[in-house]
Amino acid sequence: MRELSLNVMDIAQNSISAGATCIEVEVCEDTAQDRLTIQIVDNGRGMSADQVAHVTDPFFTTRTTRKVGLGIPLFKMEAEMTGGELRIVSEPGKGTAVTAEFVPSHVDFIPLGDINATVLLLITCNTDRDFVFHRRIDDREFTLDTRELRGILGEEVELNMPDVVAWMRDFLNEQTQSIKGEKI
Amino acid sequence: MKSLAELQAIRDKARGKVTLREGQDDAIRVLVGMATCGIAAGARPVLTTIVDEVAKRGLQNVMVTQTGCIGICQFEPVVEVVEPGKEKITYVKMTPEKAVRMVNDHLVNGNVVTEFTIGANSK
Repeated sequence: MRELSLNVMDIAQNSISAGATCIEVEVCEDTAQDRLTIQIVDNGRGMSADQVAHVTDPFFTTRTTRKVGLGIPLFKMEAEMTGGELRIVSEPGKGTAVTAEFVPSHVDFIPLGDINATVLLLITCNTDRDFVFHRRIDDREFTLDTRELRGILGEEVELNMPDVVAWMRDFLNEQTQSIKGEKI
Repeated sequence: MKSLAELQAIRDKARGKVTLREGQDDAIRVLVGMATCGIAAGARPVLTTIVDEVAKRGLQNVMVTQTGCIGICQFEPVVEVVEPGKEKITYVKMTPEKAVRMVNDHLVNGNVVTEFTIGANSK
């Protein structure tokens, strides 16, 4: 993958397949600690301890079209290449949390890329689910919670309506610039 | 800065002219493969382009959704167009530029872009 944000899209897809109704994506940067943490937490069907143990094996997959599953193994490799790690905590019936830690100063660090595009597509293409996106850089942060947006929009206006999509796109970009300390 | 008050204004403007999408039997479905293979091959910009283009042209009868791996990873990014009563069209090795043409020619004007389909690319 050319961007870590593409991995986020891929991993979130697993949460969707697991029947999650709410998916949280968290991207936290700690410049002093030289750490980037990406976390995807869902309330889907979860995995058994045995499945968790096998999920980083490329030859383990629950799908039926192929015998390989590369999403999690790739993400794990990309984290470990930088000296970071990947952790999975899961419980059947409760959900799954995938956490990847990266060392941004490492030469093999893959850039985060357009995380806002990933979040926007996840929201607009899965309007039957809720997403919480939380982005933090040191002590500056913002959150986009589709449950909050739905509270304002009511039932008739959907999250994939063009005006709403444009609002979310601008919101994400403005907030990102602001926590990066860039002028708007 | 974008505020929640602006979102309220969008809601008030949209209310009343919202057409119900539910129960549309004649809707065209556009499926973009978004598994590991599709994403790695560049499906995200393709999906973004299709969503934007459909919104720009106000195509009310088109539903754009994601799908998983359909098993032809070497042809990714793959886009399928499913129209009721017609044969399914599978576009392969898509790019944002090809996607714009697919929306304009196929979804708007009803002409399949044969040169982008799997039939023309599988040799």
